[in-house]
Amino acid sequence: MKPIITLGVCALTVALAAKDANAQIGKPFIHDPSTIVECDGKYYTFGTGGGGLISADGWTWEGGAERPGGGAAPDALKIGDRYLIAYSTTGGGLGGGHAGNVVTMWNKTLDPKSPDFKFTDPIVVASSEYDEDCDAIDAGLLLDPTDGRLWLSYGTYFGFIRLVELDPKTGKRVEGNEAINIAIDCEATDLMYNNGWYYLLGTHGTCCDGANSTYNIVVGRSRKVTGPYLDNMGRDMLQGGGKMVIAAHDRVMGPGHFGRFIVEEGVEKMSCHFEADLDFGGRSTLAIRPLLWKNDWPYAGDLLKDGVYEIESERRGYALELAVDFVRMQNARMRFFGRNDTTPIKPVESQKLEDVQSTWPAGDVAVRAGDYMTRPHQKWSIVALPEKEGFLGGSYCKIVIEGTNRALTAAANYEVIASDYTGADTQLWRIEQLTDGTYRLMPKQAPGVEGEVVLVSTGDSTVGLGKFDMKSDNSKWNLRNH
Amino acid sequence: MKHKTTLLAIGLAAIIGAQAYNASAQPQPLKEGVPSGPSIDNYFTPSTADVMKPDDQGFIRRWLLLDPISKPNRSNTVFTDSYLREVFAKEYFPNQLTVLPKAGSKIKVEVEKQAPVNLQAGRPMMPPPEQKPIIEKATLEWHAFDSKLYNVKLFRLATGLNKDRYGVIFWAVTVINCEQDMNVRLAVGSNSASMWWLDGKEVLLLSGDRRMVVDDCASSIITLKKGKNILRGAIINGPGMSDFCVRFLDENNQPVKNITISNK
Repeated sequence: MKPIITLGVCALTVALAAKDANAQIGKPFIHDPSTIVECDGKYYTFGTGGGGLISADGWTWEGGAERPGGGAAPDALKIGDRYLIAYSTTGGGLGGGHAGNVVTMWNKTLDPKSPDFKFTDPIVVASSEYDEDCDAIDAGLLLDPTDGRLWLSYGTYFGFIRLVELDPKTGKRVEGNEAINIAIDCEATDLMYNNGWYYLLGTHGTCCDGANSTYNIVVGRSRKVTGPYLDNMGRDMLQGGGKMVIAAHDRVMGPGHFGRFIVEEGVEKMSCHFEADLDFGGRSTLAIRPLLWKNDWPYAGDLLKDGVYEIESERRGYALELAVDFVRMQNARMRFFGRNDTTPIKPVESQKLEDVQSTWPAGDVAVRAGDYMTRPHQKWSIVALPEKEGFLGGSYCKIVIEGTNRALTAAANYEVIASDYTGADTQLWRIEQLTDGTYRLMPKQAPGVEGEVVLVSTGDSTVGLGKFDMKSDNSKWNLRNH
Repeated sequence: MKHKTTLLAIGLAAIIGAQAYNASAQPQPLKEGVPSGPSIDNYFTPSTADVMKPDDQGFIRRWLLLDPISKPNRSNTVFTDSYLREVFAKEYFPNQLTVLPKAGSKIKVEVEKQAPVNLQAGRPMMPPPEQKPIIEKATLEWHAFDSKLYNVKLFRLATGLNKDRYGVIFWAVTVINCEQDMNVRLAVGSNSASMWWLDGKEVLLLSGDRRMVVDDCASSIITLKKGKNILRGAIINGPGMSDFCVRFLDENNQPVKNITISNK
């Protein structure tokens, strides 16, 4: 029996490896997800048709969120101690009439099991007629952090994207406020503010066509929330402009309905759906990616793929490595640098694990940073462990020296060592891409430490654990697959 | 028997559906109180005899525009390159790639019948998939209009003139007058797909389910010759808001403005 069970385990492992193991798990099926909102330690997102998804850790998502009213494409926002939900009562009159309403409603909690869970009656805040240059669907909310004003964008490909102002205390349209046209050629808009700029995110392309959907998310920016929103070519979004944020890749197609979630300074996520996730049978699926910033333009980071990496310090550019003897490559130096050597050129093999492993001590080994020389003691295999719980946008990983079981391990006294992998929480790492494209590596647990710590450079050539500080390159690492 | 009865029911439903589609040939009035769409005056003025130059961003706003040709499509996903070449190669009217029409002139064109849009009904009724298009003759007029906007809102031409608004092909023609030969690129954005010709020669194809984006596509380098050049476009759309914008860009990617635009 044993060989059969082993075969079964191997087959399952292969099956898991074949899938992109870094996508959310559970049943993350949703269309037009709202911005993800946290309520009492859980994450919520609402979708078209009503209802939505809940996650305790941001990695495993299941249905169960409740939103009455049906309709389409909600957005959600926490204001004070309450939650504001906006959605459209129609889904857009493609090829027909374009009458529509956007409504808002409040709740004290998003937890349907809470005794306080009760939505207020929806109130209309924006409308479109049967035949005007706008179709009032796809709400996007922004609470301006600079002045506390509340804004709503809405609209679709038919005509204009419009902007109206709401009262943050009531969720109602501000008296006398007139709608402004801010974009065309998109739907599923959202607004955000960062570093002195307002951003309008819009989804271009064709919706609702599964693996053939050309949906893609673009952005324009403005110094004022009322626009004009210009793209990287200086083209107004009222002229169809937009700079790409995320498009199809790997086995997912048709990203749409952008939402932003700030974890903390330097750590941001974006959410959307993919019209088709081929690994989920082509279903419309929630997706979470790192949100990166470059020259004040946002763009989506990539999911971290399993692979072999140099873990390079942003501080000095030295590579994380086992504290073992440097083993010299033989015949690696040529007389007079080989200038006059006429022997046939033959590639020299890289140093292999079996060339050096016998020189490494058994058991735990210290970890430090040094000149990267592409040597076995510097090559780390990063493997996602989707079954080991996760966090918003990712699952924990193990980090082992390639070809071995020597795992990066958080140790006592804020130390980091390489130790035999057992699956302990001190050997599970949350690897998150930061807004500047570097990474932080956070152990699930550090012995004797309350709160979160990350892998840090304590010196150019020494490493340990410390508090994450986005302002310091000590906290940051690059993952190089080379 | 059950199977046969089911088949008979399905067949009858198809026939009834087809007849209902064909029978709804009369425009359906809006309910009382439902406001009509915006006036054509918001988007177009009749072309005058005044000399017209491109606007300050180089967009060409004077056009001869044909009433829309009915060509129903439920979705724009059919607008592949090969579909478009077939559709635009069909001769809807004589000399359609060379004629310089006169404003106000009328032509008879064979079109595919479609039911008028019911704005209160949401998505429109489309012909049953197995039904062949019903072809009828329509009289279409050429209009000389100056667009008030940088983009020529064909959708509002259609609604303003009470013509078919969805599932349509528009033809647009204009004359570009140059004082000297110049090498340029034609830059176009269109909703949805379109094809463009200069003096009868194809210079640009915009395929796919496309929306009007400024400078979405640019032609190869072409020559506007000294004197008159006839620029022509055909724009096709299914359930969208038909639209296009056109300008020429010089070798430095700047809009060309030292030209004039006319209908003759």
